Amino acid sequence: MSEPLLTMEGVHTHIGRYHILQGVDLKVPRGGFTVLLGRNGAGKTTTLRTIMGLWKASHGHIRFAGDDVTARATPDIARAGIAYVPENMSIFSGLTVRENLALAARSGEIDDKRLEWIFSLFPALQRFFDLAAGALSGGQKQMLAIARALAEPRELILVDEPTKGLAPAIVGNMIRAFREVKNAGTTVLLVEQNFTAARLLGDTVAVMDDGRIVHSGAMADLGADQALQQRLLGLNLDTHQ
Amino acid sequence: MSAPAAENKEPVIAAMRIDWIPVALVAAVAFLALPLVGSFSTWVTLTVAALAMGMMIFIMASGLTLVFGLMDVINFGHGVFISVGAYMSLLVLWPLAGWVDSPSIVLNVAVLLLCIAVSMIVAGALGWGFERVIVRPVYGQHLKQILVTMGGLIIVEQLLLVFFGGNPIAIALPQSFRGGLSFGPDIVVERYRLIAVAVGLVVFLAMLLVLNRTRIGLLVRAGVENPEMVEALGYRIRRLFIGVFVAGSALAGLGGVMWGFYQQTLTVGMGLQVLVLIFIVVIVGGLGSIGGCLIGSLLVALIANYAAFIEPKIALVSNIGLMLAVLLWRPEGLYPVNKA
Repeated sequence: MSEPLLTMEGVHTHIGRYHILQGVDLKVPRGGFTVLLGRNGAGKTTTLRTIMGLWKASHGHIRFAGDDVTARATPDIARAGIAYVPENMSIFSGLTVRENLALAARSGEIDDKRLEWIFSLFPALQRFFDLAAGALSGGQKQMLAIARALAEPRELILVDEPTKGLAPAIVGNMIRAFREVKNAGTTVLLVEQNFTAARLLGDTVAVMDDGRIVHSGAMADLGADQALQQRLLGLNLDTHQ
Repeated sequence: MSAPAAENKEPVIAAMRIDWIPVALVAAVAFLALPLVGSFSTWVTLTVAALAMGMMIFIMASGLTLVFGLMDVINFGHGVFISVGAYMSLLVLWPLAGWVDSPSIVLNVAVLLLCIAVSMIVAGALGWGFERVIVRPVYGQHLKQILVTMGGLIIVEQLLLVFFGGNPIAIALPQSFRGGLSFGPDIVVERYRLIAVAVGLVVFLAMLLVLNRTRIGLLVRAGVENPEMVEALGYRIRRLFIGVFVAGSALAGLGGVMWGFYQQTLTVGMGLQVLVLIFIVVIVGGLGSIGGCLIGSLLVALIANYAAFIEPKIALVSNIGLMLAVLLWRPEGLYPVNKA
């Protein structure tokens, strides 16, 4: 396996008096698709927000592309090459689709070829390019949130539960889009509760519980081991396949 | 690259349109007041006076609504930038008294523009210091913001008292702006009111242009909705905060100049007096909304003016009544801003 693009070593995060991350050790291989699984409240979202610097790690180290980014401010982390798609999408609803994407391209306008690629992933965005993002459907908003992360080449994209609450057809689109992103060589760290989607996309997997990584390895191994799935995720495969 | 077919099944959505109801409300208030006022010429005078007052309130309030919307800062010190702006015009008016009394319109316009420039620069610089020293330590702490910005206002007001004294200072309008223009036999409109309306419109259009046609404007609009996401996209929102705070303070300074000429008397407490009205406008319009701020300003001014003429006692509560009615109708103001 190549040198990890992102490494978390013994990362602790406190939010107020709550001790959420309790020593997270995580390696995200360069060019790979890593899925972070775990039940609600396990600390998955906190892990992504801590990487982005939106919540500060109280202990431990986060290294990205060889640099320690633990204490860096969020804009500096983003400029280092990490894009973030939060769970609530956080699109700017008063801005048009065009403006949302233009803002994501810090250099100014999006490169035409890149925009074409984004439209090929999410054709709805082309149709509604000059509409206010607030008028889009839930699935389209999620597409816009992901497209925003793709507006410029980034080394790592953090995505928090993109399939949550979406219709199965839209989830299918999303999976196809992520495959394209993966084929383009972008490293992705995806938080997901939908194990079916996670298994289709993930090269490697890490499972969280109570603020720690309790399992990490190849997705193929977890996918093939039903007993391990049952133990780590409490999955009843009859309902999840 | 395959195009996902399922998206075609999603409903086609309608284009988002400007909400014209609040705009129509302004027109409705004006036209409904006509039969109550009784005389058409009086109605025109009252309406133009209200439009002028509304535009000046808009200039003073527009900075506050952006500061409120973008930074979630409740700045009770905003009023002091108005007072400072008005007083700084004295630095131009005293040495250039000849220009004020000159019949030359060029000199009159020049002296007004100089007053505006000096006041905006000083109020903007004061805003920069205010943000750095007073506001920055209390981001995210509303109660402390109210207390500390009120404290800042008192300090600057006292400094104005030290330098300019406690007596009201009379200022004269430049010669060409005095008097009125006749429209027909009964209708006379004060020139300065028309100038105030024009300046207000220029400020509004300039703000629309900056907010909708520039990258900084795009960032401000996005920042009002979700500052955290703007940071996650790689922008240092703190710098944007400072820029907006300085611009908002400078606009308050401009409003102070216009308000000072309108009143033709300067008092140290003039900013604080108008601050309540400004907060009502910001709340009525929707926190962070420039369009809402304009409509709110016009509604407040129109209703206050008509009420003062029709039934002066109602004028005392008309603004609070308007705010209550609007919030019952639209609890987040006339043009709510989506905030994350």
